[in-house]
Amino acid sequence: MRKNLNVIAAYSIMMGLIILVGIFQSWNIALSIFNLCLISAVMTMGANIQWGYAGLINFGIMGYTALGGLAAVLISVNPVQEAWSAGGSNILFSLFLIIGMVLAVRYVLKKYEKSKIRTYIIATIIISGIIIIRFVSEPGIEAIEEVNPAKTGFLGGLGLPIIFSWIVGALFAGGLAFVIGKVALGLRADYLAIATLLISEIVIAIIKHEDWLTRGVKNVIGLKRPAPYEVDLQQTDWFINLVEKFNSSKLNLISDFAERQSALNQFVIEGSSVFVKLCYSGLFLIVVIILLILTQKALYSPWGRMMRAIRDNEEAANAMGKNVVKQHLLIFVLGSAIVGIAGAMLVTQDGLFTPGSYRPMRYTFLIWVMVIVGGSGNNFGAILGGFVVWFLWIEAAPIGLYLVNLTTAGLDDTHFLKVHLIESVPYFRFLMMGIGLLLIMRYRPKGILPEKIEIK
Amino acid sequence: MDFVNAIILLLNYIFVPALAYGSQLALGAIFVTLIYGILRFANFATGDMMSFGTMFTILFTWYFQSLGISLGVLPTALLAIPFAIIFMICYMLLIDKFVFKYYRVNKSPPVQLAMVSIGVMFVTQAVVRIVIGPSDRRFFDGEKFIIKAGEFKEMTGLNEGLAIKSTQVLTIIVTLILVSTLFWFLNKTKTGKSMRAYSDNEDLALLSGIDPKKIVMITWIIAGILATIGGALYGLDKSFKPFTYFNNMLPIFAAAIVGGIGNPFGAFLGGYVIAFSEILLTYAYRKFFMYVLPESMEPGGLVQLLSTDYKFAVSFSILVIVLLYRPSGIFKGKVL
Repeated sequence: MRKNLNVIAAYSIMMGLIILVGIFQSWNIALSIFNLCLISAVMTMGANIQWGYAGLINFGIMGYTALGGLAAVLISVNPVQEAWSAGGSNILFSLFLIIGMVLAVRYVLKKYEKSKIRTYIIATIIISGIIIIRFVSEPGIEAIEEVNPAKTGFLGGLGLPIIFSWIVGALFAGGLAFVIGKVALGLRADYLAIATLLISEIVIAIIKHEDWLTRGVKNVIGLKRPAPYEVDLQQTDWFINLVEKFNSSKLNLISDFAERQSALNQFVIEGSSVFVKLCYSGLFLIVVIILLILTQKALYSPWGRMMRAIRDNEEAANAMGKNVVKQHLLIFVLGSAIVGIAGAMLVTQDGLFTPGSYRPMRYTFLIWVMVIVGGSGNNFGAILGGFVVWFLWIEAAPIGLYLVNLTTAGLDDTHFLKVHLIESVPYFRFLMMGIGLLLIMRYRPKGILPEKIEIK
Repeated sequence: MDFVNAIILLLNYIFVPALAYGSQLALGAIFVTLIYGILRFANFATGDMMSFGTMFTILFTWYFQSLGISLGVLPTALLAIPFAIIFMICYMLLIDKFVFKYYRVNKSPPVQLAMVSIGVMFVTQAVVRIVIGPSDRRFFDGEKFIIKAGEFKEMTGLNEGLAIKSTQVLTIIVTLILVSTLFWFLNKTKTGKSMRAYSDNEDLALLSGIDPKKIVMITWIIAGILATIGGALYGLDKSFKPFTYFNNMLPIFAAAIVGGIGNPFGAFLGGYVIAFSEILLTYAYRKFFMYVLPESMEPGGLVQLLSTDYKFAVSFSILVIVLLYRPSGIFKGKVL
């Protein structure tokens, strides 16, 4: 118990802060912060597996998040039959061509010795393949995008419950990570960082501009939900009764019947959105707990020890007969798959998929700040980092506004400096993140909850 | 005649823009490479440092404009750049003193320094947005074109016009002057040589009495000059928006690595490699082929290899290919 005191204290403070938000701002805001904290926690766990366990830098978190989101779309949206009949065959044929191209490249790679000629052959296969695929797919893509472009204009998905996409998102992200890992993991640490950052940008570019698959910047809205809809809840009896019971003390103060009814309505509307958010919180909490148990088990298993050995001294681990390359690839795939789950969860919660919103600042660097601030190598630390940083990220604007008002209290309300500062309050969050990261890196380089490994 | 038209078309839409864009990337890439070669970390704050320098340029431009000072046909920003550089260098040295120095003295691994540079990136970005706001700013004044498309058509009697913006010419000239001065400095002067020695082998350089503090300071000063001028030229040519500058970090990294990181000349050429391949691969060649080929063979589509949406993706793919097949870059890196 004693040794876990700092963990318990840190988490209690965090929960206390969220509850304070609930009391002083509103429970709606508190719960939406809490939900996004949970999603961030899943992302940081993925990044922590790669960085904390194995020392691999992955600046491509944004790409995996977006792929997870794509999975949510492809799983849950109902298929667009017209689009399939218009261009489905072309797309399927191009898909076969891509598979054929990959197989051909693999064949050449296996069959011939490494030489200049082999490189040229592969280059020819790839370039001619791309040209052929373009010719085959173009009419199909055009036909698909012309099918009711205001509403669909894409192939749609499978029409399954959106929860499945959490697993599929993990598979997508893991698959991408496998490909990237195969080609890029041999690079030096800082090159790997840059390469993954750029590859994630490519992924986003594809998701943004391949309208037939993702609707691109036109966004996909109104995705299915695993939780009930607010409007339905507001008309169900048991829910209204529940809300009435909860707020009975407040309602009993009102004697007038009409007034009482309107107050109740207000409570029901508020309560319904809180209830929906609570449903999401429950689902996310289950995911976080399952992942936490798995990652903790892994950390203390022989496999976890081997990963730390590889991280701390690659050559020594290699000399002991551990396959460093294979383990790096494995952990790269695992970590990315977890990030993919988070991406699907995020889209599930929002109910919409907006490719334009994936930016490296928010989805890559912020997650890294979370991991470093929380404590890399320690799962509890990483999750705490997700909570603390996301909380600050949201609450930075109110805090910034308070600080601006405090420092410029002597100035007139219309003074240009004050007006300017109040306008730029949203950017104080960047400042806080940056200064926070720099301070932590300098004075507590292992994070708030540092890595502590005990041999049991 | 058609052939000349085709050439002018390529000049107008590919060569001139790519040359200007390449110069802007080249300045950034040299900045990255210098930091990497001497301070030994990948600086993720590159784009934001450039936007920071540009911000000062814009503020001084506004100040001069309010005083009624202008350079006539040339943009006022040229006058503002030297002042902006001074502020930028102060900022760089402050950052180094309070942030990077600690890790350098402790000999932290490069990854940690890169992580710290992300912190600097956040702070710089915040300061820029708080001071000047996130919106698009144009601060160009003076004569916009050297040759307008219409004038060129009248002058030569061709079908295709050639428009050359004064900012494009300005960019290329300033880049050439700056880069040749820099290479002269690195290759001929004593300080420059000691910088190269320090980059090549730190221990040997220290043994032969080179003062690391001085080297680091001069590196930041040069970096400040490069970042401000590169950023200001980009802003003059296109427009200033903090988010675009942050994104520009990616092709700049690509240019630096393609050229062989740590090698300024490679970075210089890498900028053009990236710029030209981006524009060459995403240009629609339909009109070009209409001029060159006989009428019967005219192409039906746009004859575009990749849609312009994938502009960034091109440079990144080049980078990935280079990283995989020749990680030291086209021109062997790590010799400043």
